[in-house]
Amino acid sequence: MSIEAIINIALFVFLGLTAFAILKLRALFAVVMLSAVFSLVSAALLVHLDAVDVAFTEAAVGAGISTVLMLATLALTSRHEKAPTRSQALPLIVVFLTGFALVYGTLDMPRFGDPQAPIQVHVAPKYIADTQSEIGIPNIVTAVLASYRGFDTLGEVTVIFTAGIGVLLLLAAFIREPEGLRVQTMDHHLVLRVVTKVLIGPILLFALYVQFHADYGPGGGFQAGIIFASAFIIYALVFGLENARKAVPGRAVRLLVACGVLLYGGVGFVSFLFGKNYLNYSVLGADQVAGQHLGILLVEFGVGLTVAAVMVSTFYAFAGQNPPIGDEDW
Amino acid sequence: MGVSDILGLFNYWMVIILMMIGFYTVVSRGNLVKKIVGLNIFQTSVFLLYISMGKVSGGTAPILTGKPEVYSNPLPHVLILTAIVVGVATTALGLALVVRIKNAYDTIEEDEIQAADDETEFGDPQAAEDHRR
Amino acid sequence: MIAAHLPILQVAVPLVAAPLSVFCRRGATAWTLTFVVSIGAFLISIALLGQVLDQGVLSYQLGDWAAPWGIEYRVDAANAMVLLIISGISTVVLPYARVSIAHEVEAHNQTLFYTCYLLCLTGLLGMVITGDAFNAFVFLEIASLSTYVLVAMGAKRDRRALTAAYTYLVMGTIGATFFVIGVGLLYMMTGTLNMADLAERIPAIGANRTLVVAFAFIVTGLGLKLALFPMHLWLPNAYAFAPSAVTVFLAATATKAAVYLLLRFLFTIFGTSFPTFEPTLTYLLLPLAVIAMFAASTVAIFQVDIKRMLAYSSIAQLGYMVLGMSFATVTGLTATIIHLFNHALMKGALFMALGAVVMRFGDATIDTMRGLGRVMPWTMAAFVAGGLSLIGMPLTVGFISKWLLVTAALESGLWPIAVLVVASSLLAVIYIWRVVEAAYFEPPPEGVTAGEAPPALLIPTWILIGANIYFGIDASLTTRVAGEAARALLKTAS
Repeated sequence: MSIEAIINIALFVFLGLTAFAILKLRALFAVVMLSAVFSLVSAALLVHLDAVDVAFTEAAVGAGISTVLMLATLALTSRHEKAPTRSQALPLIVVFLTGFALVYGTLDMPRFGDPQAPIQVHVAPKYIADTQSEIGIPNIVTAVLASYRGFDTLGEVTVIFTAGIGVLLLLAAFIREPEGLRVQTMDHHLVLRVVTKVLIGPILLFALYVQFHADYGPGGGFQAGIIFASAFIIYALVFGLENARKAVPGRAVRLLVACGVLLYGGVGFVSFLFGKNYLNYSVLGADQVAGQHLGILLVEFGVGLTVAAVMVSTFYAFAGQNPPIGDEDW
Repeated sequence: MGVSDILGLFNYWMVIILMMIGFYTVVSRGNLVKKIVGLNIFQTSVFLLYISMGKVSGGTAPILTGKPEVYSNPLPHVLILTAIVVGVATTALGLALVVRIKNAYDTIEEDEIQAADDETEFGDPQAAEDHRR
Repeated sequence: MIAAHLPILQVAVPLVAAPLSVFCRRGATAWTLTFVVSIGAFLISIALLGQVLDQGVLSYQLGDWAAPWGIEYRVDAANAMVLLIISGISTVVLPYARVSIAHEVEAHNQTLFYTCYLLCLTGLLGMVITGDAFNAFVFLEIASLSTYVLVAMGAKRDRRALTAAYTYLVMGTIGATFFVIGVGLLYMMTGTLNMADLAERIPAIGANRTLVVAFAFIVTGLGLKLALFPMHLWLPNAYAFAPSAVTVFLAATATKAAVYLLLRFLFTIFGTSFPTFEPTLTYLLLPLAVIAMFAASTVAIFQVDIKRMLAYSSIAQLGYMVLGMSFATVTGLTATIIHLFNHALMKGALFMALGAVVMRFGDATIDTMRGLGRVMPWTMAAFVAGGLSLIGMPLTVGFISKWLLVTAALESGLWPIAVLVVASSLLAVIYIWRVVEAAYFEPPPEGVTAGEAPPALLIPTWILIGANIYFGIDASLTTRVAGEAARALLKTAS
């Protein structure tokens, strides 16, 4: 057995154990932490499966944003789960049937890693072969994401926009005004204060690097947006939500949320002026490749803008609820 | 079946087991936050399924290096990037609803919420209890 | 020049209008933008239907990338009709919503409410018009996520809207995940996501276990979204506790879009020759449809909350739609598609009438309905007219649907099913009669004065009732389009 296979098996077993522990544990704080571990190990497995962009996103989203939101929810609700009282028979039956159906479905699947599998010989080869000449960037995933299937990505930005608007609709009424917030900070912890101040700059720079380097390496608007937002989140956590809201007011963030989607949708409309179909970037530049470069740059920026704004505004909405817990309450 | 075949199916079977653990967590547990965590596990495992199918033996990440290489399939990667976004959007909305439910009902356990709703509908706890039986 | 881009404009206009509405400072401005966009979408859908009836299938390549490497929009008679239903209902609901939502949703949430509404409209239109399976998933989720939020907006009136929204979220996400698993398995065996391409490649592969499981997961996932019995549990509470205008919009459009997707996957992508196609339709969908028709109607009879009663009635009506589908004949599919249209008119009007009651009295239970025939005469008259349509009285659209359904059953030699269709309509008589009896034959509670609903609520309601009767008397247009759509679905399945 090759070292690759061993890594594969080890990661999967680890994931299985983590998932099982999540199922069984009733201390919700542990459950959330394990779910972050699950995401991180999944990201490692994804790298192992050559999906570097996806691993990047999974780490940022699963181990980052999801964990932050779950912890915020725990702080506002409760930290223990009641023991299950209902009978577990029906769920068990449904799950077994579903699992059995899936296993049955695997029996005719192409061999794992088979280069002659249907998906490797149809559609994908053209992406690999023609990206350089038609779009001119090395990262094929970005080429497909932002150009070939760019409309799906517009849908993706709209999904994130929907979530941002939804959270605002659901939670905004209950946000206490900045003056009313007891300023709960962690800046009495020396290490946190110093490290945060040192890190915020590099985090923002790294986010910009990820945003604009998407053509050449793993990255893109989505990952960049999350990293960018995380700088503001860590600032808010350590120095207080009130200070963060002074730096970046909620109302401004709300408008920025809309701007990203408008930018992406707007780029599509520009193609109409040249008589081409929606989201045809070739018209944006002197030749096709230049146009594609500019188009991808703009739409990825739109994605990053909306994602960053949604993450910040969602964090504001969750964190601005009831009084935050002080050190002594844990 | 050779070792590589079993390993090949192993990937998919492990993914299915993970999916089912997540699915079971959603349907069997009554705590609203736990259900969202279960949903996350379910969805993340589906992502692993898609990416596993895109892997090519001896391949590498689909970023052109200028040298002739074998690349793993970029299309599943693109699909899953979108799916991850959909997943986090669902999580955020679900958790926002949980916070609101806690505000309104003072609990996040499904059976307690059901009891409170039955009381609202039937007017008194005894009638609600009877309805449940 | 615009004519060439109509397919994408159908979706891009509401999609871009949604973030624009965030900039509106007042709810009224956001409403105006939403209304104008909805009218635009309705006009576009009419133009698209015209183009399709003239030219046949329309195809639009996004980004000018050829399918299957790029995403393609494909419009034929089936989805053109559903687009018309969605945008049409939206345009009629919005004047109603202006007053109703101003009353039922908190003032500071008004603007973003309309943002969410536009997103829901975008999602529904997008999932219906697309020719790409994964793109359908993305827009399905846009529609679903915004729907969860819209339902939760009813929390001002009743906190149970929150739990209804949460349950809907969990069940809807499970359904969407099943759908995506199915699409993934399809992709794994064919290498493509384009619907027309899939339709070509699947027959060549034939009875493959992975494809069969893909079929099962897609049917289950979509079944959850369209509230097919027994996966309907989320619907009654979601419809009962959402704001009135939201209930009208959802009842008339959301499940219809899911029914359309099911039709598209079953008939176009998998096709009648797929091994599990016939067994599933005959032994799974048909029985489930019949159970839905009877069980849901029976439960409706015992409901105290009239909104919930109508929600169960919707589940029964969805049973009729699935029944028509399960015959797999042109008449059966025509019945299903025409019922998509007719049910939107019926339920839309009924829920609008109820919404007026809710606005006046705060709820719509059987007690509230007492004496309403005298207190709110026009509203109750609309309810009675809608109720007659629901039962299937001649001269209403309900009759047209039932007629086609019975004809389809007889054509397939299944006359017991025809009898069952008529029998279940009798159940509808019972629950509609309960409301009519309370409204006209019982005195109103003390202290209740006569006070009709404002014109802003009455006019849209009566527009829908008018459509009910017009298309019930002269069903030639709707039958023709539905017939075209049915033939389109069955032809591309060969």
